[in-house]
Amino acid sequence: MDGLDRFLTTFFNARIFARYLPDMLAGVWTTIWLAAAVIALGLSLGLLLACLRAYGWRLANFFIICFADMGRALPPLVLILIIYFGLPGLGLRVPGPLVLILVLGTVLAAFAEEIFWAGLTSVPKGQWEAGRATGLGFTQTLVQIALPQAARLALPPLVNRVLAISKMTALGSVIGVSEILSVASTAQSFTGSAAPLTMGAIAYVIVFLPLVVLTRLLERRFAWKV
Amino acid sequence: MQDFIRLFFNLEVMAQTLPLLMQGLWMTAKLCAAVIGLGLVGGLFLALGALSHRRWLRWPAFALIDFLRALPPLVLLIFIYSGLPFAGLAISPFAAVAVAFFLNNSAYYAEIYRAGIQSVPTGQTEAARACGLTTGQTLAHVVLPQAVRNVLPDLLSNTVEVVKLTSLASVVSLAELLYSANMARSLTYNASPLVLAALVYLVLLWPLVRLVSRYQRRLAA
Amino acid sequence: MSRPMLEIVALEKSFGDLKVLRDINLRVATGEMVFVIGPSGSGKSTMLRCCNRLEEPTSGAILIDGKDIVGCSSSALNRMRLEVGMVFQGFHLYPHMNVVANVMLAQIKALKRPKDEARERALAMLDRVGLRHRAETMPTQLSGGQQQRVAIARALALDPKVMLFDEPTSALDPELVGSVLAVMKDLKDSGMTMLVVSHEMGFAREAADRVVFMDGGLVVEEGPPEQIFANPKAERTQAFLSRVRA
Repeated sequence: MDGLDRFLTTFFNARIFARYLPDMLAGVWTTIWLAAAVIALGLSLGLLLACLRAYGWRLANFFIICFADMGRALPPLVLILIIYFGLPGLGLRVPGPLVLILVLGTVLAAFAEEIFWAGLTSVPKGQWEAGRATGLGFTQTLVQIALPQAARLALPPLVNRVLAISKMTALGSVIGVSEILSVASTAQSFTGSAAPLTMGAIAYVIVFLPLVVLTRLLERRFAWKV
Repeated sequence: MQDFIRLFFNLEVMAQTLPLLMQGLWMTAKLCAAVIGLGLVGGLFLALGALSHRRWLRWPAFALIDFLRALPPLVLLIFIYSGLPFAGLAISPFAAVAVAFFLNNSAYYAEIYRAGIQSVPTGQTEAARACGLTTGQTLAHVVLPQAVRNVLPDLLSNTVEVVKLTSLASVVSLAELLYSANMARSLTYNASPLVLAALVYLVLLWPLVRLVSRYQRRLAA
Repeated sequence: MSRPMLEIVALEKSFGDLKVLRDINLRVATGEMVFVIGPSGSGKSTMLRCCNRLEEPTSGAILIDGKDIVGCSSSALNRMRLEVGMVFQGFHLYPHMNVVANVMLAQIKALKRPKDEARERALAMLDRVGLRHRAETMPTQLSGGQQQRVAIARALALDPKVMLFDEPTSALDPELVGSVLAVMKDLKDSGMTMLVVSHEMGFAREAADRVVFMDGGLVVEEGPPEQIFANPKAERTQAFLSRVRA
């Protein structure tokens, strides 16, 4: 067996690929719905907090800023381990998938709040004035005029962040959530072959490449606009 | 409530495990130095490739960047750490982490450099070339200084991400900060070491995160 | 003079220690067009922006058709702002909506008009400023002059009692100024009460009922245009006019 042959059977073993395909598809499905839940929780919470921040209530803003800073400064894995291994000591056992969704969703919310807020502060003051001068209230001006423009500005950095945090669902493998990486690692230890890892990597690229392509499309569209 | 404090904010346990965590922090620092240093250099080369006029250079650079952006860093790490030995390439945990995150972050730094370089008006390059500077000199003395200044908040923000990323090294049993804390947790049956680790990350990164926010106030319209 | 449509009484405005407006008194009768001129930093725009409380007055009263806008609550303020149309130097059309949606938004959200009626009204107003055929266009595809005319339609659609113009032509290329001034002239002829801050001296001379000269946060002089332009009494007015003409 020459080198190339050995390389191929080690990393691209078709028999192992076939045997673990069903497990891998289940893992892909888990990764996708976990990511979807994280994105839904993160974006809605982040948007809500950014809007709240616009009202300029001192105390509320202090907590929002602290929340956003901590969510951005703490490694998600630390939070996952604290909740997953710490809470059972209080008699509270949180299932792995829920831990993952809560932690990653919260972290995404922290980033999304900052991005939406940056978008809101980038909307020209004249837009607010035009809204208020035509008799619209603060909330109406926020929702109808400022937010749509802020969301547009926020879109490219937001998609980048959504991509980065969705990929972190791979951390589920550390706490026994059977997403793509878990399936691949388990299969690797069973078969004693690296092929399942290759398969996992391919699965990730297939799942997340569309988001990467989306960031490229947005980048180009926004470049034209200037 | 008392249980909560005993399990999560136990000062005794924290004091007891602090030396272990500090050793871990030292490892985290070494990892950060390696990954940030390598990533900044690798990213620059990837960015230059992606901006090249030569299609055979530009195309693979973009493909590599996008491939690395689609792949979770943990997957890359596991692949290098557990997969490469099958090809007869045994690799130490430190080297595996350094290589995996170097690759991952080169892609991210490359995207930032590219945006920075594209933000410098072409007139700057033309002026420098008209003054007789070579391509390399123009890049080093005229374009890059302006480019880096324009994307400083993003470079800083990604560097924060690198520090957070090194916590994943715990998965391959490299004794950095989080691994040490988790080890201490399993020895003491108490989550306080993990909370202490979180506090250490917070103390290190909060100022940087504030700084990023301060500089990133406005999005380009 | 019967009850004025817009009356400014003892208006003062400070930014910190800086007194921008000191004791402004001004009355604009129904159907009158009053022009405010003066050097930059004289407080003209600040005074105008106080009239719908985009700028919060420090003291004084501003009566719109007899009702004070300075003292009223925030919900009453939103209602009173419907009676005061405003046109900005920078147009401030909403870039994420097409032209007719720009004109409809406040009608639906603030005036609570049914959608069909708001649309009909918006098209009528666009017709009035000569832009009905651009109703479905996005604002960024219009010229500056067209954008400003849409902004005027947006304000008119709310049936205001007074229109405020804050340097409406200053951001326009010279060849586009005429179309905006024509709309303003038409508006005056239809009986609208208008308070205009502008540098268009020629237009003021031709169309304004009265000209007010402001400097240093004070009304220095006011009178009919022919008097202010041909025969200014105050020294500061003379100095300003000679600088502008030069």
